[in-house]
Amino acid sequence: MKLVTAVIKPHQLDAVKEALHTLGVAGLTVSEVQGYGRQKGHTEVYRGAEYTVEFLPKIRVEVLTDEIDVEKIVDAVVAAARTGKIGDGKVWVTAVEEVVRVRTGERGLDAL
Amino acid sequence: MPELDSGATAWILTSAALVLLMTPGLALFYGGMTRSKSVLNMMMMSFGAIGLVSLLWVFYGYSIAFGEDIGGITGDLSAAGLRGMLESGTEGGIPDLLFAGFQLMFAVITVALISGAIADRAKFGPWLLFAGLWATLVYFPVAHWVWGGGWIMELGVLDFAGGTAVHINAGAAALALALVLGKRVGWPKDKFKPHNLPMVLLGAGLLWFGWFGFNAGSAGAANGAAAVSLINTQVATAAAVLGWIVVEWLRDGKPTTLGAASGAVAGLVGITPACAFLEPLGAIALGLVAGAICALAVGLKYKLKYDDSLDVVAVHMVGGIIGSLLIGFLAIEVLAGEGNAGLFYGGGIKLLGLQAVGVIAVLVYSFVVAYVIGFAIEKTIGFRLSADAEVEGIDNAEHAESAYEFSSTGGGGGAFAAAGIGASAVPKPEPTEPVSEKVAG
Repeated sequence: MKLVTAVIKPHQLDAVKEALHTLGVAGLTVSEVQGYGRQKGHTEVYRGAEYTVEFLPKIRVEVLTDEIDVEKIVDAVVAAARTGKIGDGKVWVTAVEEVVRVRTGERGLDAL
Repeated sequence: MPELDSGATAWILTSAALVLLMTPGLALFYGGMTRSKSVLNMMMMSFGAIGLVSLLWVFYGYSIAFGEDIGGITGDLSAAGLRGMLESGTEGGIPDLLFAGFQLMFAVITVALISGAIADRAKFGPWLLFAGLWATLVYFPVAHWVWGGGWIMELGVLDFAGGTAVHINAGAAALALALVLGKRVGWPKDKFKPHNLPMVLLGAGLLWFGWFGFNAGSAGAANGAAAVSLINTQVATAAAVLGWIVVEWLRDGKPTTLGAASGAVAGLVGITPACAFLEPLGAIALGLVAGAICALAVGLKYKLKYDDSLDVVAVHMVGGIIGSLLIGFLAIEVLAGEGNAGLFYGGGIKLLGLQAVGVIAVLVYSFVVAYVIGFAIEKTIGFRLSADAEVEGIDNAEHAESAYEFSSTGGGGGAFAAAGIGASAVPKPEPTEPVSEKVAG
């Protein structure tokens, strides 16, 4: 089993969610996060003073899946999250040892 | 003894209530500008000033400001406790006691104004001590100088509603305290954006509303001077809103709500000393200048590296100076009195010179005494909060409260509370150890 984690632009969340929904992904978790990649931050002027904003608001999307669907999910997330501008984010995949559905106690693929 | 004028009395009663409302308005204006972890302390400084200064005014403040003059420097203590005033005169058609009550509100807000310079980092007890000492040693005597028959008034300096006595006075003290207390943790590197701008705008609106009592009430009667003051207060403030946001637009690229609110207050401050002495077009010119210059003046603290947190210096000190000096250019003789025409209205340089004397005297006196009081408090009982408590948030550290409890999992009966996260009631044990935090507090 795999965990697909994507850090995306907040505005792209809806597109990513729709793309995953179309693939039949049954559940996902999102959280508001802050970070920066190669684009770094930017400067802002407020009330006559200039500030560097290093961490930018991003959304983290997490999806649990099996080995078969993982490539399709990664591709769908990347396609939906891409605007072509700097700061579009990243998607990565990690291996997951075990998954348990709390309500029924089902384990492994049955719990997905 | 003049007879009681019921129209004048009704208007000053109303004005006194309007001016009182300015201090809670100021609390909202300042409170919205702080970070969410220090809004309560900010507002408490204003409410603390209402509590303390109101009483001091009755005990001896009124008497120092408006008692029998001693050498042009101070009033005597003949009216201490407001005794002997219950059946006393009706100077100018209103009861003396009403005049004392109206002026009480000015003393309160002047002290509260200072607090904006020391947001997030001043211990509350020492603030109250400072407020009491500064009111006693600075505000009460300066009010005497300017309005109570003291030397500035005798010189012929014009200050209708408090450009010198209120705004320069408070602004100079604010600068002194900002220097004594030093910069906040992270300033100026981090951005200290206001946490609640609707609150700032509401506060500015209440200040604007109450200011009609402040300025038009300073006519002391329901008369032509009150009418001139009211219209001038409105148009100067309107012009200053535009003046400020235009400067921001050009300098920073965007007009901000904080700029609109600050511009309004800068205009109100600027017109305060001048409101009864100008024609409306003059008031508009004054407002535009006050709004634009004060907007530029907020940049000073970054250049000179003093953390005047909420721009009390840029708005009140600078705005007060602009308003007081512009009287020397824009005053109209028929309104300001025989020989008091401004430079642009055929007068000479004399009035401007007098205004400058008033400005400098109050600015220097207030700055020096405020610095000495603040420094003495810092070196004895300590004025500045510990860095830890400042970072954690002064609201919790000084007042055991926080302004916003939003979490659905926290709070009484919430999931976190049930799991023991946050505080839950426990039977109080007998204190065995000395509670070091509390003592050190």
